[in-house]
Amino acid sequence: MRTEFPRNQWYVAAYGTEVSRRLLARKICGEAIVFYRTSNGEPVALADRCVHRQYLLSASALDGDLLVCGYHGFTYDAEGTCVKVPGQHRVPRTARVKKYPVVEQDSFIWIWIGDDAAADPQSIPRAPWLAAKDWTTVCGMEPLAARYGLLVDNLLDLSHETYLHGGYIGTPEVAETPITTEVDEDHGIVFVSRHMENVACPPFYAKSTGIEGRIDRWQDIEYRPPCLYLLHSRVAPVGVQPGADGDDSGAFHVEVVYAITPETETSTHDFWAVARDFALDDESVSGFLAESNRTVVLQDVAALNLLETVIVNEPPGYQELSINIDTGGLAARRMLAAQIVAGDSMHAPATAATG
Amino acid sequence: MASRPSRAQLQGATVTYRVDWVLGTDLLHGRCQCGAERESEDPIELWQWLTGHPVGHEQSWSSGQPTPHDLVAVGT
Ligand code: FES
Ligand SMILES: [Fe+2]
Ligand SMILES: [Zn+2]
Repeated sequence: MRTEFPRNQWYVAAYGTEVSRRLLARKICGEAIVFYRTSNGEPVALADRCVHRQYLLSASALDGDLLVCGYHGFTYDAEGTCVKVPGQHRVPRTARVKKYPVVEQDSFIWIWIGDDAAADPQSIPRAPWLAAKDWTTVCGMEPLAARYGLLVDNLLDLSHETYLHGGYIGTPEVAETPITTEVDEDHGIVFVSRHMENVACPPFYAKSTGIEGRIDRWQDIEYRPPCLYLLHSRVAPVGVQPGADGDDSGAFHVEVVYAITPETETSTHDFWAVARDFALDDESVSGFLAESNRTVVLQDVAALNLLETVIVNEPPGYQELSINIDTGGLAARRMLAAQIVAGDSMHAPATAATG
Repeated sequence: MASRPSRAQLQGATVTYRVDWVLGTDLLHGRCQCGAERESEDPIELWQWLTGHPVGHEQSWSSGQPTPHDLVAVGT
């Protein structure tokens, strides 16, 4: 069976700060999941469906580390095993809900969607800036009523900044500057870079860095399909170059991180974070970057929500027209398509049949 | 083409394929890890040719280019 997103992959399910002693319900790749932390702080992810009569465990309650179904009291431990049922001593052996592998890393809760046996935490891509001491991060998450592939297309082609995000991050030069695309098949990475020299500084960077006048602006995208997107952004006064020793303290660095997590086939969790290596303690810079980036994300969300209403009604095989700016997006689509095939061949999605 | 090493190269990535948009033109210049090169105005056609390696790549090695062996970067 063909699914629309890659299985046997790690996805960002939440920020660590969202998962607490309160139950959190979230759908990931079409699977309804409940998240919480045990009393010693371990994140837990279980299928959000009681084995008894399918009540939502997320609408239930924690009793210590036990999750007690809010309907008839089936009680589950953090492994998803039912340890108590009402009125009788014998707990049916098949009474368990699926427990998902989760890893907390770089401020995110990552979840494995697929065959548990294949889950390797070492393969989770890193975004170390988000939890690093010498960086300051602002972040958020916006629900997107569009398929995740549209967000991938959007983020891999930043020429749209000029048209959709003018006045924030877009300037004419973004759309005008040629890109270089590199593909690392071994590690599954798509790189797209656009290095602009002596260009206008958009408000997003002028106000946050305090640079007056024109800049050199580098956008280095590193996309690790399916979920993690990194935009290594470098802004410097014109002509300021990294030293031969790699020292680049004359420039300002912003790591823009997106996690693109399918909610359903036609909706997406759009996690975004902006980490910077300057003005670390300046609350006004944090406030400005958070507000500006959220505005930019919402501009994309509005455009992609609109686009989804068009594509969802489109007959299969509709012909698009691709041009040079799409080179990176096409490489990403190819890699995702291969991941979907690989994920489906390893794993036929099974619905847990319980007695 | 680029004087500075790319981000991918700096990170020690294995660059399987590279496509440069040639400055001042509408042309894309593609390069396979094996050394084969091709220019195109159509990114879809160019990706098909690149990912079709090795089909049609043997004829496209330009002289003076590194051999396929030289191009295998060391991953980190
Ligand atoms: S539905 Fe959960 S105990 Fe009945
Ligand atoms: Fe955008
Ligand atoms: Zn080749």
